[in-house]
Amino acid sequence: MAPMPTRREVATKQRPTTDIVPLRIPSSAPEPVEDPRLSDVDEWGRSEHMRALARQLYEPIYSKWFRVEWEGLEKIPTDGGALLVANHAGAIPSDAPVIMHGVEKELGRPVYGMADYFFRTVPVVGTLWARTGGVSAKPENAYRILHDQRQLALVFPEGTKGPSKSFTDRYQLRRFGRGGFVEIAMRAGVPVIPIAVMGSEEAMPIVFRLPALAKALGLPYFPVTANLLLFGPLGIPIPFPAKFKLRVLDPVTFDVPPDQERYSKSRVMDEAERIRSILQETVYDMLRNRRSVWFG
Amino acid sequence: MGRRVLVTGADTFWGGRIIQALEADPTMEVILGLGTKSPSVHFERAEFVRADQAYSILSRIVTATQVDTIVHTFLVVDSTLVGARALHEINVIGTMNLLAAAGSASSPVRHVVVKSSTLVYGSSEKDPNTFTEDMTRSAPARTRVERSLVEAEGLVHDFAVDNPATVVSLLRFANVLGTDIVTPISKNLSRRLCPSIFGFDPLVQFVEEDDVVRAIEFVTRERIPGLFNAAGAGRLPWSEVVSICGSRLLPLPPINPRRAIAPLIGLGLFEFPDELEGLLRYGRGVDTRRLTDAGFEFRYTSAGAVQSFIRALRLRRGSGRTPASYHYEHDVEQFFRHSRSVVHEP
Repeated sequence: MAPMPTRREVATKQRPTTDIVPLRIPSSAPEPVEDPRLSDVDEWGRSEHMRALARQLYEPIYSKWFRVEWEGLEKIPTDGGALLVANHAGAIPSDAPVIMHGVEKELGRPVYGMADYFFRTVPVVGTLWARTGGVSAKPENAYRILHDQRQLALVFPEGTKGPSKSFTDRYQLRRFGRGGFVEIAMRAGVPVIPIAVMGSEEAMPIVFRLPALAKALGLPYFPVTANLLLFGPLGIPIPFPAKFKLRVLDPVTFDVPPDQERYSKSRVMDEAERIRSILQETVYDMLRNRRSVWFG
Repeated sequence: MGRRVLVTGADTFWGGRIIQALEADPTMEVILGLGTKSPSVHFERAEFVRADQAYSILSRIVTATQVDTIVHTFLVVDSTLVGARALHEINVIGTMNLLAAAGSASSPVRHVVVKSSTLVYGSSEKDPNTFTEDMTRSAPARTRVERSLVEAEGLVHDFAVDNPATVVSLLRFANVLGTDIVTPISKNLSRRLCPSIFGFDPLVQFVEEDDVVRAIEFVTRERIPGLFNAAGAGRLPWSEVVSICGSRLLPLPPINPRRAIAPLIGLGLFEFPDELEGLLRYGRGVDTRRLTDAGFEFRYTSAGAVQSFIRALRLRRGSGRTPASYHYEHDVEQFFRHSRSVVHEP
């Protein structure tokens, strides 16, 4: 850009004066105005109205369809932050709503379900997920929920590797990511509470996957489920009525100071692996005791 | 001793407002306004200096006037205002020259205040729900205005590192709504139909224009160093903002929403700058605890800013004019200052 002529122009010539009171309409303080809010959507995008409605709609599925049974619910604290972690399965996983609904129903505490940010990119679904209590799985979000707001957060450390596995691999827990959930619990100074879930695998078993189609559609995975093969398109949203059993395990606490810049990676990985193996063992134990997929 | 302040962008909305606010503070001994064209508001005692937007004369002004504080309000955050080239010149080259003048060996400048935007965080599906000042954006900046702001902030950061004796305050403001400011968002909200993206109802956060001025005045007066987010408390879904403003949603297709209304944008019926698309998809939220902990109090929440905007809009519609909240009677002031008839107290 060509520099303009450096022309100085003094628009006003008067000296600064403080001895003359200028004519000034005092800047008006804001008048008290009524709150213009029309909805109850909070900073997380949750709406209590929507959540109440969703709970009402989900309750029959929870208690009549899946006939959910809990064990060890008292291990979930009724106050303060805690990170719930669980095994994850079924093409469209039912474990997330079952845990979120169950804990809120039994303990009266809301659970912030953390899901892959992919959800946010899907029109309508992303918005509904946020309104009913879903949050994208970012460490910053988890820290804010657990530490600043002292709430319960639910994560599935397997990520999409859990629900995308075939039925032949059922109840084989996948790698627990990079142990991020342990690091967040350490940083936020909250316990990790493992929850073993049985039933989600049979609710929507994956017969095979179509990776090429998934890639074309930009989806993390494209499952062909038994539900789809049996019922056609109706089977996409409808899970089988498998009996759900959940067992809450002892809270895992870490003897480290919170709010550190970094935590020992080896310690983090060890803890993550330890939690994974406890969950895996518990799932096997529950399977040993299960007489029927449909009746528990 | 009083402060000597130089304000950039004196001919723009923000520069004018901030100069007016500083004029009310008697500890501000000298106030200089720098701008590329004549200011649109009268100043009581601030002096206006015309300069090109690259501030080539700035180091001379700084030395000659011995200003100790520079308030840099002239960062363009709305890409509909200027072309791509000018945007880069103003935001990047302008800031670079300004900081070069402020950082010269003999510079009297001890405090630099920069008005930036939360646009530097962007809007992406990978974003955290709430950005604190220490977080960086999740996706690379793609829009012109975001790129230039990120670059300008980088220059400010470098300046702060190179000049540890100078207090540097950088404020990132959320989208502004208020009684007078005109932005692409306020233009959209004042129409019957307001663009949105189908299936997305993002949470947006606003700051009221008075709070913007007050926040800048606050950090200038108190010489508070650091990086601060500034936004009203709370967030609203975009659909709710549109309803409060009495407008209706015009849902655009999620894929390439801009193209769907390109002819209407061309006709000026809608505003849809690139930087708005991300916001209408994923929204943006920032944590303002650092600024409030420093002692600043916001007068308006996000919803309050929307309310302030719509009340002013209703008044404009109802009365056909904009009532001035601030009023300077130039001729009367001249009379008071220079007439011999006025009796000055000894």
